[in-house]
Amino acid sequence: MGTGDDLWTAYKLRWRRRRLLARSLRKRRQITCRVDRTDLIAPGAILAFATVRNEGLRLPHFFDHHRTLGVDHFLVVDNASDDGSADWLAAQPDVSLWSTPDSYKRSRFGIDWLTVLMRRYGHGHWCLTLDADELFVYAHHTTRTLKALTDWLSWQGRDSMGALMLDLYPRGALGEAKHHPHQDPVDTLPYFDAGNYVITRQAKLQNLWIQGGVRARCFFAPEPRRAPTLSKVPLIRWHRSYAYVTSTHSALPRRLNHVYDTNGGEAPSGVLLHTKFLPNIISKSSEEKTRRQHFENSDLYQGYYDALIGDPVLWCEQSTRYQGWQQLEGLGLMSRGGWA
Amino acid sequence: MTLGFVMLVHTAFDRAEQVAQYWSNAGCPVIIHVDGKVTQKVFRAFKARFDGNRLVRFSKRVRVEWGTWSLVEATQLATTRMLDNFPDVRHVYLASGSCLPLRPVGELQEYLFANPETDFIESVTIQEVTWTVDGLEAERFTLRFPFSWRKRRKLFDRYTELQRKLGVRRKLPEGLSPHLGSQWWCLTRDTLEAILKAPDRIAMDRYFQRVWIPDESYFQSLTRRYARRIESRSLTLAKFDTQGKPHIFYDDHVQLLERSDCFVARKIWPQADALYGTFLDPDRPAKRVAEPNPGKIDRVFARANDRRGDGRQGLYNQGRFPAPGFQGPVTCARYNVFSGFADLFETFDLWLARRIGGRVHGRLYHPDRAEFAGEERVLNGCLSDSATLRDYRPQQFLTNLLWSTRGERQTFFYGPGDTPEVAQFMARDPNATICVISGAWAIPLHLSQRPMDEIRSEAARLQRAELAFLKALNDVGVTARVHQWTLADFVVQPMEKLQNIVDEITGPGPRRLTDIPPMPDLSAFPEFLQRLRNEGVKPVVMGDFAATPLPQGRRRHGR
Repeated sequence: MGTGDDLWTAYKLRWRRRRLLARSLRKRRQITCRVDRTDLIAPGAILAFATVRNEGLRLPHFFDHHRTLGVDHFLVVDNASDDGSADWLAAQPDVSLWSTPDSYKRSRFGIDWLTVLMRRYGHGHWCLTLDADELFVYAHHTTRTLKALTDWLSWQGRDSMGALMLDLYPRGALGEAKHHPHQDPVDTLPYFDAGNYVITRQAKLQNLWIQGGVRARCFFAPEPRRAPTLSKVPLIRWHRSYAYVTSTHSALPRRLNHVYDTNGGEAPSGVLLHTKFLPNIISKSSEEKTRRQHFENSDLYQGYYDALIGDPVLWCEQSTRYQGWQQLEGLGLMSRGGWA
Repeated sequence: MTLGFVMLVHTAFDRAEQVAQYWSNAGCPVIIHVDGKVTQKVFRAFKARFDGNRLVRFSKRVRVEWGTWSLVEATQLATTRMLDNFPDVRHVYLASGSCLPLRPVGELQEYLFANPETDFIESVTIQEVTWTVDGLEAERFTLRFPFSWRKRRKLFDRYTELQRKLGVRRKLPEGLSPHLGSQWWCLTRDTLEAILKAPDRIAMDRYFQRVWIPDESYFQSLTRRYARRIESRSLTLAKFDTQGKPHIFYDDHVQLLERSDCFVARKIWPQADALYGTFLDPDRPAKRVAEPNPGKIDRVFARANDRRGDGRQGLYNQGRFPAPGFQGPVTCARYNVFSGFADLFETFDLWLARRIGGRVHGRLYHPDRAEFAGEERVLNGCLSDSATLRDYRPQQFLTNLLWSTRGERQTFFYGPGDTPEVAQFMARDPNATICVISGAWAIPLHLSQRPMDEIRSEAARLQRAELAFLKALNDVGVTARVHQWTLADFVVQPMEKLQNIVDEITGPGPRRLTDIPPMPDLSAFPEFLQRLRNEGVKPVVMGDFAATPLPQGRRRHGR
């Protein structure tokens, strides 16, 4: 790409970012604050942002995990849960809670709502933006907190860090697994696909686009291009002028997407353990199939939901059992990137 | 009293206080320089914490900026104060606020007592420096650097470039031999006094004010002038990353640090409670007398630097995605590609697996599915045999396969009917060994009973594809090991050619091939080619059969 083209793209993207910010500003009235504990946010605090809907099965461990990593405050938008999630969230001492009855899809999968909150509360903080079915892990996460990680990233001159979303699944049929809210989902879903990910670099946003994994293997072989995106940039030192573009797959300005090394070295990267396939996936899929809230082009994903509703076995002889971050790094799914 | 500490502090005051108290509790005087950028309020509060402690004092403050003379000036001020205030001090140890003593001060004192005239300072001639990341070595001393590298990088770079173009060279002061080394030293009183009270100090200081990163060269060079005995190493353990920034130590490094037997380490993460708790524990038992031995810690950090700098070759992930035009290897291990062999020889795959070992797959890029060895449907790493998944990113199918099976030799077949997009990728991969018998695809057609018009169009299609493959193998930029024969060439003494291939793959061994797999009867093959020609397909990739004695006598095979 010539420099002129690139400047023109950069210019267009600047306007796109402004449009995204304006759009989220328009949506700010869709969310109402239920519990405001944001006065607890100290300078330098590490914040987590999430949109949730009926995640009672996951929330307790999700919070345990990220509290242990050192998230200081959680800013959560509840999208009309009716399973008691909202009350549970409201009772947590480190949660500020907003609620909305509006469309998840029309809010760019919750990102419009979160952008409002991030702009207001995230400025100057390291922010981890997650779904409730994601558990963030990184090199040394068992001994070093997010504060240690983000201090080091800042010291390295980095404002963002990327992660691979790694789908976890059980040994047997999805619906057969048993799970309790306080249990570690990784015990219920200990398996993953270790080496079938494909990557391209997207020229416009300069992010990596990773697909593959178990969902491509089991559901998207006829149309691999439709397989879900697994690359994310969940950890960013936020500035009020930043915006996520689609979910947390990419952000603007583009340099936030430069989380990979292009000269052969390995930049620091993490993994989002994806606990989507807990046993309630079957009922959730039936619901999603009719709600049509999770994909841009929902019609194309009806077959995918049908397959999930059929209670499939995702496990195969070559599946790998999760053992920890050292294993993930050894397999090449993440990297410490010089953080010895 | 023999040892005094000079501490340069600009942040993490709680930790600096802890360490300064620790040293003074052991009877060592401490002079602290607090960065002039720190506000008066913070400075006074910090200073007040040492009220009543006669051994901890503060030097005049200057505003310190990284890589500039101000850091040397701060060191000079604090050191002068140390020498003046504490006449018993024989060695001065320069430390920062993020340094942590790893061994009881008594052990360090004993060590210095045993070496009373030795200056411990890393001091390396500029010809031998290996660690600079900016590429400026000798030029640090011969150019001028008035602009801040951190704040005015462009100006810094442009001015440096300008001086290079103009050929500007500063004259080195009389009697100065430029040396570089770690900023953190431990020098004797005699050496320090000689440096600080030198008659030409004003000229020397003026010269170093325009040297790049003088804190890594001022004392390192001047010590060479006056020292009686130099041990060219720092007593402070510090590891540097690929950007030249110090690595940071965390709680999980406690064992590595303990085993290093180094006296002081930096930098410590301020919130590494366990490190501070362990190493500043006054009841921590004195250990044996041991020489510092950072070997193990060196290896751990060197490995991390390799990962960051060079990465694992052939790996693609969220943190490593070499740009187009990347010069390094694109796959993680050597592999072998055979084209045409399975058409010429019956059961060639079994024969080959016995000779070279590892995994011998079928046609990985077969249009129907990836033919993994042993009829597997899913390979290591859950790599699927689906043709659509494979052909979505055919190159990454291969890089994934090689990555997930690393440690085991991989071999596969590739023919003109297979996914064409990988041909050029393999041809440009120095890890690939590609062996081709061109035109062999015609043998199954020849032996088949299919109608001639079908054979003709199939032959035309395969020949076109093979020509494209051969073109990729003979293009500029091919780095694979390519062995290429026409069918006509190959069938003359095939044993010798197979021997060469096996030798290249496994390395030459004493074993010679005694058998090769059976070949079909090709006596009617030239006739078949003539029929193709008559049908309007000109066979060009098989070579010239006019002069070739053909293998005969085997029974015919229908395929």
